[in-house]
Amino acid sequence: MSENEKVPAKQKLRAVVDQVYQNAWDAKKRGEPVGWSSSKFPAEIAETLGLAVCYPENQAAAISAKHGGQRMCEHAEAMGFDNDICGYARINIAYAAGYEADEKPMPQPDFVLCCNNICNCMTKWYENLARIHNIPLIMIDVPFNNTVEVSDAQVAYIRGQFDDAIKQLEEISGNKWDEKRFEQVCANSNRTAKAWLKVCSYCQYKPSPFSGFDLFNHMAVVVTARCKVEAAEGFEELAEELEQNVKSGKSTWRYDENHRIMFEGIPCWPQLQALFKPLKEKGINTTAVVYAPAFGFVYNDMDEMMKAYCKAPNSVCLETGVEWREGICKENKVDGILVHYNRSCKPWSGYMPEMQRRFRKDLGVPVVGFDGDQADPRNFSEAQYNTRVEGLFEVMEEFNAKKGGKDNE
Amino acid sequence: MSRIEELLNQFSEIAKSPKKQLNQYLAQGKKAIGCFPYYVPEELVYAADMVPFGIWGQTGGTINQAKEYFAAFYCTIAQLNLEMGLKGTLDGLSGVIASSMCDTLRPFTQNFRVACPDFPFMFLAHPQNRRPEYGVEFTMAQYKNVKDKLEEIGGAEISDESLKNAIKVYNESRAVRRRFVELAGEHPEIVTPKKRNAVLKSAYFMLKSEHTELLKELNELLEKSPKVEWKGTKIVTSGIVLDSPSLLEIIENNNMAIVADDMAHESRAIRVDVPEDEENPMKALALQFAAQDYDTLLYDPEINKRPEYIVNKVKESKADGVVIMMMQFCDPEEIEFPSLKKGLDEAGIPYVKIGMDQQMTNFGQARTSLQAFSDVLSVNK
Ligand code: SF4
Ligand code: SF4
Repeated sequence: MSENEKVPAKQKLRAVVDQVYQNAWDAKKRGEPVGWSSSKFPAEIAETLGLAVCYPENQAAAISAKHGGQRMCEHAEAMGFDNDICGYARINIAYAAGYEADEKPMPQPDFVLCCNNICNCMTKWYENLARIHNIPLIMIDVPFNNTVEVSDAQVAYIRGQFDDAIKQLEEISGNKWDEKRFEQVCANSNRTAKAWLKVCSYCQYKPSPFSGFDLFNHMAVVVTARCKVEAAEGFEELAEELEQNVKSGKSTWRYDENHRIMFEGIPCWPQLQALFKPLKEKGINTTAVVYAPAFGFVYNDMDEMMKAYCKAPNSVCLETGVEWREGICKENKVDGILVHYNRSCKPWSGYMPEMQRRFRKDLGVPVVGFDGDQADPRNFSEAQYNTRVEGLFEVMEEFNAKKGGKDNE
Repeated sequence: MSRIEELLNQFSEIAKSPKKQLNQYLAQGKKAIGCFPYYVPEELVYAADMVPFGIWGQTGGTINQAKEYFAAFYCTIAQLNLEMGLKGTLDGLSGVIASSMCDTLRPFTQNFRVACPDFPFMFLAHPQNRRPEYGVEFTMAQYKNVKDKLEEIGGAEISDESLKNAIKVYNESRAVRRRFVELAGEHPEIVTPKKRNAVLKSAYFMLKSEHTELLKELNELLEKSPKVEWKGTKIVTSGIVLDSPSLLEIIENNNMAIVADDMAHESRAIRVDVPEDEENPMKALALQFAAQDYDTLLYDPEINKRPEYIVNKVKESKADGVVIMMMQFCDPEEIEFPSLKKGLDEAGIPYVKIGMDQQMTNFGQARTSLQAFSDVLSVNK
């Protein structure tokens, strides 16, 4: 293939995710055990042991984006799961119970890997999965942290569980732990994380060489394939492309860039188009998303790795959460913030009102919230969303005019 | 008025007036510490010579200022706990201890800490992998943080000796309360659901030694009371908290006796004692937490134990059915409901699920459901 016909990184990255699921199907066919894993379970363990793993949160997001979320949620509700429960959990539990989802099929699990660093909902969600299939549950519990620092006690606690998880998975896989292989996997994981952070960092350019909403699409790779060298390579290539875009003034954001905002939270997958519409109409590019720092797991040794897994959204204290966000807002020069009050995600939405106040005060930018849901379309109102974006736009314009006025003085 | 009635009235008065209780303790020169749910090691507070005050929301309360911190889709317990902090209802407390066991309590801890900065704040993260050595160690480290802060507030060290004494006091209190729960089930003609709740709830607003003294007397009198055949039906309640006078009254009016419970606010909090043969009292407290189980808030490594436990509870207590009090927006309870339902169905135990929250003012639906349930149970009997 000549240089001109080079496959775009975006396409390569998509293939990486497809391969993860294909591996799982192949493993299943060979009679090997397949696992389901929460997005922030230390993926390094299963990868080192050569176990095939699928990711329910990623599946649920994909089903939602293809408009199967409500159907699956309703199946779960018929099973007795209240519609207050996280939509991802409802969708995936329904799938585990046998309701099909052609939007994103994956093999049923032989074991499940639960890490509750992102939420406690995980704990009971995975217990339900283990019950449905009567399979082993490997649990790494990461308690919520009230301080900026991760204590030695917490590191020791997680380390203990990490070692136990290895033993359990050695048994399940029938493979022996290989320290060399583990080092390689960790190196891949770090390389992916760094390349991912580099990709995210291109949002700082004005105008941005890409639409920040693209980052949501790449999430799947970070979640499902961060230990694979192909993921690292894909992101490195993407970073190169973005570098080129900066030089040539190209961008995947093909609209005006009158304003730049941070989009707070997980998007409403069923309504991505609706979310996008007023933003592109008004020339508002999303140049910061919380996922960027949240998945940049970079570590140099075991203790640092334990600490990295303590720093998930929803497991860090308010101050750290604010610092992350304000950091990316400043770096990426946003002039407004749009907050998703995600009905599915209680731990995330629970400290947003206070964060909103802090953003306003610390950054001096307008902040507006809207009600939605990452998976269940019944909790989103397009009319309300449009009004809120309109409101945000007006205030950003006003701020700009004032700033412009001053500059002219 | 019989002595039993006197005692029951006394418990009711106390359960109704936490503020009065608090003021009395403050007037005695004592300090009080607010203990939010769940699994707060109150023994530490007691050992520091302070009064642990249980705060489980406020039935009949109104959420106002807390809206500045929580969107509407959070349980009323958490919201009202914050509301009370903001409104000054908790003034007089020298500090609060808050656990982060569920997805609402995670942000609650943060919101409370910043919204009510005047209260010294003691954060508690319980380990879910609580039984292995590393889990016990982590609990100890967490409890040590609380202990250090309590020593700072109290201005004195908490000695092993005083902690061991507190453990004794609490073990006795739990034993006496567990005995009361049995006796209340045997004497529903005397201990109505409302009175039963008052006895258990008042423990949150009293020094346990004082509560035990009164309750022992009540238990003795109940033991001596002649057995009367109960004409109504018998139920087990399950859920987070059931202290709403209106709901309790509906249960009462439908002649349902609460013979056992699986309420976080009641029996779940007193199931497990602290081992007294453990040399290190901090470790003893951690071992107690390690032994906790059968709770929607706790990871169950064996996956299925809670439904079994509740089914057995129903059988042991010879109850006719289960009333599940479903706190709105409580995802641990909600996500564990289908398993519980399955367990009950398989055992052929009737149940009803009643949606509730602490701001509830309209009890029409609950009344209708409970009435219908009571009819079903009577027919089954
Ligand atoms: S969306 Fe929130 S509640 Fe749901 S799985 Fe993710 S972190 Fe947990
Ligand atoms: S366990 Fe349920 S009722 Fe208790 S604080 Fe959490 S969400 Fe609220």
